[in-house]
Amino acid sequence: MAVSAPAPPREQPDRAFRAPVGDTVREKFTQLVLLLGTLAALAVLAILLIDIVLDGVGGLSLNFLTNYTSRFPEMTGIRAGITGTLSLMVLVALFTFPLGVGAALYLEEFAQRNRWTRLLETNINNLAGVPSIVYGLLGLSVFVFFLGFGRSLLTGALTLTALVLPVVIVASREALRAVPREIRDGGLALGATPLQVAFRQTLPAAIPSIMTGMILSLSRAIGETAPILVAGAVFSRRADNEPWNVSEAYTAIPIQIFDFVKRPQEEFQVGVASAAIIVLMTILLLMNSAAIIIRNRYARKI
Amino acid sequence: MDQRTASDQQTAFSPIRLNTSSAGSQQSSVPATEGGATDTTASRSTAPSQGSPDDVVFDVKDVSVHYGSAPALVDVTLTIQRRKITAFIGPSGCGKSTFIRCFNRTNDLIPNARVQGRIDYHHQDLYAKDVDPVEVRRRIGMVFQKPNPFPKSIYDNLTFGPKVNRMKVDYDEVVETSLRRAALWDEVKGKLKENAYSLSGGQQQRLCIARALTVDPEVILMDEPCSALDPIATSHIEDLMRELEKDYTIIIVTHNMQQAARVSDRTAFFTAEVESENDDRRFGRLVEIGDTSMIFSNPSDRRTEDYISGRFG
Repeated sequence: MAVSAPAPPREQPDRAFRAPVGDTVREKFTQLVLLLGTLAALAVLAILLIDIVLDGVGGLSLNFLTNYTSRFPEMTGIRAGITGTLSLMVLVALFTFPLGVGAALYLEEFAQRNRWTRLLETNINNLAGVPSIVYGLLGLSVFVFFLGFGRSLLTGALTLTALVLPVVIVASREALRAVPREIRDGGLALGATPLQVAFRQTLPAAIPSIMTGMILSLSRAIGETAPILVAGAVFSRRADNEPWNVSEAYTAIPIQIFDFVKRPQEEFQVGVASAAIIVLMTILLLMNSAAIIIRNRYARKI
Repeated sequence: MDQRTASDQQTAFSPIRLNTSSAGSQQSSVPATEGGATDTTASRSTAPSQGSPDDVVFDVKDVSVHYGSAPALVDVTLTIQRRKITAFIGPSGCGKSTFIRCFNRTNDLIPNARVQGRIDYHHQDLYAKDVDPVEVRRRIGMVFQKPNPFPKSIYDNLTFGPKVNRMKVDYDEVVETSLRRAALWDEVKGKLKENAYSLSGGQQQRLCIARALTVDPEVILMDEPCSALDPIATSHIEDLMRELEKDYTIIIVTHNMQQAARVSDRTAFFTAEVESENDDRRFGRLVEIGDTSMIFSNPSDRRTEDYISGRFG
């Protein structure tokens, strides 16, 4: 086409856009170090998982899920732990949702910003960092003795509620804060009261994030051993106990794992304990997947 | 299409909707205050529109707004007339958005905001002790700078207002009527159950206008309603405002002078002033208010002339 077009003048052709060599090396090296860090963390996790699966998969069977504990490794099961963990999960969810969301709504939507609410906020944030065993001691002194609930399922659920409540409040507040200010303005401009706006617009818009926070908190709660151990969980429950009776003794999967590991027989320490860990991890993974699914569905809607 | 019943619904703003102030008493004549439309800082008032005194919807006297101790707007006196479009123009920081938020007591929601002076709405002091701001906001609707539909279906966006106000109405009818009034019905009638976020920006803003209409307000406040929209969507909104003017009193804040010139009947020009030589805090003042044609062709104040001719701001 451009038959006689003169070649465009080339300026400093040798230095065309090349990065200095030192920069490139530093860049690659840093990336490599970061990659190794990630791989190290993943490797530990992988080894742990593989070890547990290899040890425990042989012990998994329908009987293992439906039997109560037994002195004989081949006959033992974690039925009491599964029902206990599920009951705890339901009760903790029932207690935590209204308390946590209520507190978050108050602090985020209604409370005036003053010294008193700042003190409240600081305390909630600090509570989220208290070691879980401390909540166990709280459960023992307040729920078991002071309120007289004894070493019951109710005590365990209340103790775990106290443990996760601060986290749920913080997560719910973040969720509410992420709802755009304009949505509240729009509601108020239509003559809705602040209460109506909070319950009909702000809270529904924040619910998916709140649910995600709730589920993650619950999965932390059911993985906890120390607090409910202190607050009176038992190692094995009698078969005639109804799992949903809140005033009866209770156990949970992590407690049973702890029990298996303590027993003298090798079969319990390795095979049975690992099998129970697999069950617990499966439940936790299912819960975390649920949280992710909820989050993604919400993200798609907006 | 739609029987306007605003005048029948003039009830007191108290939470218990007393029917004491009947339509009759509200139509009684207003002391002729139109001449004082500008305060002493403005050089003089341009010839105000000669509406009858009945046509005064808002009578604003010496209103100042402070955020904490900082003044945002000082000593504004003007009137807003019924079924007219009044535009507030002026450079950034002149307090026009702050001012429009006084009319439905939205400033109450900002901590530290303090409104002084008097705003009468049909002779009722909007800031009287027994006035319920929630009721004020129902009667005086607002459309915001950024379209802010609720993250729900189009239908639910439009029924929220009637629901929270416990209006005994047929929701389907409210939805259709308000969408038709907002010139959006034909575009969305087939997808009322879809999320409002699926609409374009201009459609969302028209939905917000439709939403404001669902609770049957008398006044619609619009705080820069087109600033987030493209020119085509803007012209839709402007056409719509012209249409709505027949039934509603509209106040619009705009940065866009051409827009004020195109749509408004009356224009108020605000400016940001430095308080004094040794204090450079700025706050807004009303310079003048008058018929839009007057303000744009023959402003009485030098500052207005400079602003509309593009010499500053």
